[in-house]
Amino acid sequence: MHYSSEWDWEVGEKSVADINQWKTKFNWIEEPHASPNGEQVAAIVNLSEGEFNVCVNGQLWQNVFDKIWYLRFAPDGRLTALVSEMGEWTVAVDGVAWENKFGYVWDTRFSQDGRNIVVAVQQDMQYCLARNGKPWENTYQNLTCMAISPDGKRTAASVQTSPLTEGDIFTFQQGIYTAAVDGAAWDKNFVNVWNMAFSPDGQSVAAEVRLNLYDYTIAVNGEPWGHTFDCVWEPIFHPDNGGVFAPVRAGGKWTLAKDGDPVWDRKFVQLWHQMFSPDGKKMAAVVAPKYGKWTMAVEGRPWSIAFDEMISEAIFSPDSTRLAAVGKSNGKYSVAVDGTLWKNSFDMVWKPVFSPDSRHVAAKVENEGRYTIAVDDRIWKESYEAVWDPVFSPEGDRLLLRTLDNGNYVRRIIPLNKLTR
Amino acid sequence: MAEPAKKVEEKKVIDEGLEKGTDRLTPDRIEKVIKQVLEGESGARLKAYVDTCIHCGLCSEACHYYLSHDNDPRWSPVGKVKQTLWEMLKKKGRVSADFIRTTAEIASTECNLCKRCAMYCPFGIDIAYLMLIVRRICHRLGVTPLYIQDTAHSHSVTMNQMWVKGDEWPDTLQWQEEEAQAEIPTLRIPLEKEGADIMYSVIGPGPKFQAQLIYQAAVIMNIAGLDWTMPATPGWDNSDMAMFTGDNEIMGRIKRTHFETAARLKVKRIVMGECGHAFRSIQDVGNRWLGWRMPPIPIAHAIEFYYELLKEGKIRVAKKYAETVTFQDPCNVVRGAGLHEKARDVVNQICENFIEMHPNREHNYCCCAGGGVINCGPPYKLKRMKSNRIKAEQLFAVKSRGAKTLIAPCHNCHSGLEDINHHYELGMDIKFLGDILYEVMEKPES
Repeated sequence: MHYSSEWDWEVGEKSVADINQWKTKFNWIEEPHASPNGEQVAAIVNLSEGEFNVCVNGQLWQNVFDKIWYLRFAPDGRLTALVSEMGEWTVAVDGVAWENKFGYVWDTRFSQDGRNIVVAVQQDMQYCLARNGKPWENTYQNLTCMAISPDGKRTAASVQTSPLTEGDIFTFQQGIYTAAVDGAAWDKNFVNVWNMAFSPDGQSVAAEVRLNLYDYTIAVNGEPWGHTFDCVWEPIFHPDNGGVFAPVRAGGKWTLAKDGDPVWDRKFVQLWHQMFSPDGKKMAAVVAPKYGKWTMAVEGRPWSIAFDEMISEAIFSPDSTRLAAVGKSNGKYSVAVDGTLWKNSFDMVWKPVFSPDSRHVAAKVENEGRYTIAVDDRIWKESYEAVWDPVFSPEGDRLLLRTLDNGNYVRRIIPLNKLTR
Repeated sequence: MAEPAKKVEEKKVIDEGLEKGTDRLTPDRIEKVIKQVLEGESGARLKAYVDTCIHCGLCSEACHYYLSHDNDPRWSPVGKVKQTLWEMLKKKGRVSADFIRTTAEIASTECNLCKRCAMYCPFGIDIAYLMLIVRRICHRLGVTPLYIQDTAHSHSVTMNQMWVKGDEWPDTLQWQEEEAQAEIPTLRIPLEKEGADIMYSVIGPGPKFQAQLIYQAAVIMNIAGLDWTMPATPGWDNSDMAMFTGDNEIMGRIKRTHFETAARLKVKRIVMGECGHAFRSIQDVGNRWLGWRMPPIPIAHAIEFYYELLKEGKIRVAKKYAETVTFQDPCNVVRGAGLHEKARDVVNQICENFIEMHPNREHNYCCCAGGGVINCGPPYKLKRMKSNRIKAEQLFAVKSRGAKTLIAPCHNCHSGLEDINHHYELGMDIKFLGDILYEVMEKPES
């Protein structure tokens, strides 16, 4: 979610900060991060041995920490980092540390609107999640695969519910893992629980589970599907009707199942990263129709083009009519939209972005160590040391470019027609 | 292939993973699983191998087990296939539970999947592949040695082989970064740096027991001035014991996590430490199970990486390592990937005196640790020692010619050869290439 309607969309460029000047003030500066609206650039800086701070547009946070890592802007523009003081860890938001401190924190996640911040927590070798500084009431002996609901109000993870000594394969095979939602464990244990998904309303959780060493299925709110498979990948919920969809493997081939039953009539060498269009009417997924050939399938029908190496970063347009993805062949990345490949290829391409009217596709691209953006297969004439993902204006007629070159971080608003002509 | 003068009775190893697994078997289950794997999962390749083998026994001379056991045919590659897979085929899966127990032990602890025998077979039959099918059957029957099964369990939960938890990994990297800053004050181990050129990946024992290797790698990366990163999430471990237990589904899950982590970080390639089996898993077996013909993101084993750094002058040698060294060619990166000449180039650039052991390069004898054998744990250590007398003789010969240091650029080789070194009292000093490179490279004054 962007708050882009509140941003300054006047065409022009604004030099925000000269990071080269920062370099003269600190022992070192770490990777810069640009705020979603482009108005701020920030980096972790080292002041002296064991003294770190965050520099935002040239200004330091008020507090110095023993160590800082994982600096990230939340979608609402707040700046977060994992910080350590006196051997304890917590999250700092805009320089202010959460009141609660822990043995360790990691893996910061944000709700779509950025208002809820969740991290994994270790305290006295017990594990849980903490949301906005408040840890779960229950803790566990291990925790993996954290997930949060779209609004960030609910949290879940795979947790270990009984002790396990190393080498005790028999206890393990009885099943000592389950999912915990907001700290409360499901009633049933499984051999493994992976990759949870929340329903859009946050009320249900689905997860991959292994019932024994061989039988895989999906469990929804702790109840396994009636069918088992040779393998499964991560489930997702339908945006509206509560159906759970997951790739399932049987007889050496993959297909898509809904609530335990196959829904696609084709089988694939591989199938993963399934996704619904925003209107919930179409399902797309990354597939390998043949060994070593990768493409997107929409409603089970693969595109006619395929990549030899990989396909990723798929995204539906806002109006649900178009689909874009990044593919790689012969060591070069490119963008495919609705099964048509861009002519340009790159050393790297980031996730494509659709314009609000769904007509245009933009992406951050890299060639020979220089970064720029490409829109509808046209490459912007300027390149930079660093670029962040482009953002379309609410009307779709302008693009926000956040660029860094020779230490100079610049916020640019460029008319779309200047980029596409 | 000569018969030995006398049969030597081996003491039966007690392994709860095998004993309890065997107790749960029924004839019907055995038959069903064998048929399921042989008919449902193994296609033309298995049939071609079975139909082509003329039982000539030429593979025998390739096998360190056979050579170390006085040419007893029971230890020959074809002998191991005869004792396991052929029986299953001949009896159409109607074999006993005790047979499965013996089969599991042979397949998991008496073959390192080193593929030396494939070079000696007139038809190039890949017996390692056949042994992996046997291991797959044993996995589906729940009869796998306990220690390696525990490792596969660890992979399934944590995506690493040593039960390293989510906090322990980044915490270890930060600890090593701090340690290394005592040597190079501005050194960093950049975590989660999206868009870096290189993702550096290691194996599970790295953070658990060998943190100094992460330290060394960080120093090398920093001095070479490379744009690199390490993930702070699961996906950092490139190792894969599930590949060796026959749990292909977990193998695929681990590899998917590894490659998708690299893809998420938008790196151009993955550089890995000195591990052989992990290279096999990423470059050959695991990626292909998932449908990738080749790794979706290129992989460089440490040998290739060091070769590049030295060739491009990114790392310079201040003073070569003085002790005379010899070099162990690991099966997965030499027979598997042809890195032997690049390895020699690196060794010659960083060491004063290098002498070959014989045989060498793709003909080198296996360490007897790889293929998951060392991961089957202490119950099989003595067998592993007895089964590689030929390696001890090979090392003793090169030591007699002056070699004091043995370079082993593979974790399994390294650990296995340490055991051989102690068991046979060879008195050699065993090092990784990175140990020596770190020691001899030009570093800034701290």
